[in-house]
Amino acid sequence: MKPTLAGYARASTIAEATAWLAEADGDAKVIAGGQSLMAAINMGLGGDTRLIDINGIEALKGIRLEGDRLVIGALTRHAELGRHPLIAEHAPLLTRAVPLIAHEAIRTRGTIGGSLSHADPAAELPACVLALDALIRISGPGGEREVAADDFFEDVYVTDLAQDEIVTAISLPLAAAKEAQLIRELSRRAGDFALAGIALVRRPSGHRVAFFGTGPRPMLGRSVMAALDAGDLAAALAAVPEDIDPQSDPHASAAYRRHLASVLLRRCLEDLAA
Amino acid sequence: MTIDFGNPNRPNSYIGRTVPRPNAPRLVQGRGRYVDDITLPRMLHLAFVRSPWGHAKITAIDTTEAAACDGVRAIFTGQDLLPHCTPWVAVLAHLKGLKSAPQHALALDRTCWVGEPVVAVVADSRAEAEAAAALVNIDYDELPVVTQIRTALDPETPVIHPDLGDNLAFRREHVQGDVEAAFASAHKVISASFKTGRHTGVTLEPRGCLADWNPAEGKLTVWQGTQAPHMIQTVLATHLGLEESRVRVICDDVGGSFGIKVHVYPDEVATAAIAKVLGRPVKFIADRLESFISDIHARDHEIDGRIAVDENGKILAFDIDDWTGIGPYSVYPRTSAIEGNQVVNLCGGPYDFANYRARTSVVLQNKAPTCQYRAVGHPIATAVTEGLVDLAAEALNMDPAEIRRRNFFRDDAYPATSPANMRFEGLSHQATMDKLLEMMDYEALRRDQAAAREKGIWRGIGLASFIELTNPSPFMYGIGGARISAQDGATVRMDPDGSVVVLSGVTEQGQGTEAMLSQVVAEGVGVRPDQVRVITGDTQVTPYGGGTWASRGAGIGGEAALQAALALKGAILEVAGAMLQCAPESLSINDGQIVDLESGAGRMPLSELGRVVYFRGDTLPKGLPRELVQTRHFITMEYPFAFTNGAQASYVEVDRETGFVKLLKHWCVEDCGRVINPQLVDEQIRGGIVQGLGGALYEECLYDEHGQMLNGSMADYLVPMAVEMPDMQIAHVETPTAESLLGAKGAGEAGTAGAPAAVMNAINDAIRPSGGRILQMPMTPERILRAMGTLSD
Repeated sequence: MKPTLAGYARASTIAEATAWLAEADGDAKVIAGGQSLMAAINMGLGGDTRLIDINGIEALKGIRLEGDRLVIGALTRHAELGRHPLIAEHAPLLTRAVPLIAHEAIRTRGTIGGSLSHADPAAELPACVLALDALIRISGPGGEREVAADDFFEDVYVTDLAQDEIVTAISLPLAAAKEAQLIRELSRRAGDFALAGIALVRRPSGHRVAFFGTGPRPMLGRSVMAALDAGDLAAALAAVPEDIDPQSDPHASAAYRRHLASVLLRRCLEDLAA
Repeated sequence: MTIDFGNPNRPNSYIGRTVPRPNAPRLVQGRGRYVDDITLPRMLHLAFVRSPWGHAKITAIDTTEAAACDGVRAIFTGQDLLPHCTPWVAVLAHLKGLKSAPQHALALDRTCWVGEPVVAVVADSRAEAEAAAALVNIDYDELPVVTQIRTALDPETPVIHPDLGDNLAFRREHVQGDVEAAFASAHKVISASFKTGRHTGVTLEPRGCLADWNPAEGKLTVWQGTQAPHMIQTVLATHLGLEESRVRVICDDVGGSFGIKVHVYPDEVATAAIAKVLGRPVKFIADRLESFISDIHARDHEIDGRIAVDENGKILAFDIDDWTGIGPYSVYPRTSAIEGNQVVNLCGGPYDFANYRARTSVVLQNKAPTCQYRAVGHPIATAVTEGLVDLAAEALNMDPAEIRRRNFFRDDAYPATSPANMRFEGLSHQATMDKLLEMMDYEALRRDQAAAREKGIWRGIGLASFIELTNPSPFMYGIGGARISAQDGATVRMDPDGSVVVLSGVTEQGQGTEAMLSQVVAEGVGVRPDQVRVITGDTQVTPYGGGTWASRGAGIGGEAALQAALALKGAILEVAGAMLQCAPESLSINDGQIVDLESGAGRMPLSELGRVVYFRGDTLPKGLPRELVQTRHFITMEYPFAFTNGAQASYVEVDRETGFVKLLKHWCVEDCGRVINPQLVDEQIRGGIVQGLGGALYEECLYDEHGQMLNGSMADYLVPMAVEMPDMQIAHVETPTAESLLGAKGAGEAGTAGAPAAVMNAINDAIRPSGGRILQMPMTPERILRAMGTLSD
């Protein structure tokens, strides 16, 4: 199908972008890498949507240390994330996640801010920032705010973002010495969205486990985490089903996704033990 | 005339060599010319409103709002198009009892599948046509939907076309020998039920056509990506009320066909009819989303099979009950009964056994129509046959290779006729299997499998032998009344500069027809392949032919080209003899030069002969023939089909916890007769294997109970991708057909025919310790895990 669009504008500042979003009153979409949005528009889902292009906003770019936090600009491309030394040092989970994201071309254009805002429940990066206990920095006409990843993802493609807000950056705690960060997923073909996936962080303060592809949003495995913190691996494995909420779809049944999530957790625990 | 194929050092020995594809640089550099690359003055674009319902009555169509949109030039409903285009009924006389309902270019008062074209919107651009199409208001009354195969004939199931009486489109039963007695007396009888998943071809270039009616000439020109230009010419002439000679079909580059583009689609016929009504060029290019619901699907089969064996593993009987759902209409003009019919013809194919019963029941349903797709029926018949043979081997505790060896038609037993009454001129099952087992080092692989098993790693080896029907005679379609040509023609001419042009009725779909023709003609005439220009795909220019399907391009089109090339060589030598004052028989042509046959010494370049013939013909003897254009046609006469054979093997590893399958390696030994271009043949086989693996592991058109396709996009419909594909090793046994000088049989479908069975057997070999087995395709990880009993809820 041919894309239908009501308009396109290129913002040069965050304030400009959010002002335009407010003015559009829900009839605008932010475009960065466009790797999910353009596919949707090309399937005729654009309708009266206007596009606000944020690719020219310098303030959204770059990866830097701010005190004891690692800050990743929302416009950071997946490919850049995958090769950046600060990421490898302080958030190796993301370095490991990048090769699992789709294909080279998509990784070259897609952005972390876009992935989090789109909030596909089977995507890698939302689960990673959840496991890393990230804060999502958000700007809107009313100013800036930070939201914990736990509170950011709400439902399938639904986040805490208001319609006049954009994600500006992701702020992460730095990985501690001997911190373990793992990601595993199972997808039918290399680059496909995962049937089930798991991002696991073991840090001095405790375990954080996020499942993806197994619910309406990336889901924190709270019971699993508690069991792991208590050192009870068997209980952690047994707790997987209560922490996730998979649905059946043409790719896999809920039962199969539940099964895979357990397998993935066990494999991660084996990785940790090794 | 003969060619010493056994001597690789013969002059001009291009047949049998890997010769570069003449069209490759053009395609790689983006200089191909596909339908969508063509823009004509005053051209309009077409978009279709398609049925959102599996089965519904159309109660009202309101086009007012759409007609007022920017750029809209015309809107057509089924009623609007009725005076300009007659409906068709896809039946063939030799498929006795086959019935179907009249099908219109646009649905008249009822739609029968999601995706059926209902309204056509013509606008200045495709975007404008689509925007307006979204505003066409159609009122539907939903009707009951038929989606299941096995219950399609039940009395309580609604009849899709009441005039037909029931939902049975076709049924054929073939019985040979005393099947019941064979089963009654057998040492072992094994029964199993198989399913193959409905899937589709997913050509890289979607379907498309551009139609231009010139009222001044009374002539319709249609550019279309098709495998069979002359067939399309006939069909358009018939249904638009034109003489065949007033329709010209041009087919430039085609981005993959696989059978998808050998059928007549209502949207394409509507495009031609609308162009004629409007007197302006009209283009329709299917987009990916509408391709999934309007391209033909295939292989929607459920099969119950039984095999009877004696204590030595000798196959006593096969009993096959095949059921297939073909959508609401038999597809024009080849019909949708062929696939089921092939299952009946091909089951048990490699084996010499006595008692055979096979039945196919072809039923109607409210899903996209199915029809012939690469290796029509073969993957199904091969999976059922080879699946049953493996089950018999297991029951007998016999090695799968051994049971096959004990049952093959012997390589010295030809000609032979199968229990399905298929006539084999010459096959090589024994040599092929021997070569396969040697190439894969079967014994070592079994040791590796056992060693892995010790470590808890489940690997499996799967074998599959198969036969493949190629080079069809008129017995395939012509005898049934379809104007689908089984013969083919080639015209070969020499131009003044000594270069050669070949015009052929077979077509290029990206598979390498042009390379094949260039090297056959180069050898036949005695020039280099790069001195041969190939022209295909134009009904006004090329000899009349069938096109590209059923693996006929090389075997039929290649032979016609070879004969025409040899005739041209003879004509050239006759002129050369006159010019050089010697007997034509004492001369030959090597590398574009007239040479002495005996010594090979150069006498004259072809360009000199061309100069004299075309510009100084006055210097040649009066009455000397100088016909440097020769045309020959070829049709097979001795056998209805040139059967080929082959064997494939697959080595897989199944993840016991997830059901994921890793394809470790794949082997194929294939006998397509004379191999004209080894690289092209090998790549055809590799591509075919990938397509077979797609159907075996990934591809499935999923429908819900309302007849809605659930996964009609590239995000949800899984095609096989390079990362998951195994390394493939290909080898050949060559048993040329004696029907032609060239000796070539078809090679394009062998990979697809055998791959699903090989991988199915490999997976079942891997999961054998679980006690489960999987006979349903695609074999998804979840289905495998359920077959193993690991996942039960």
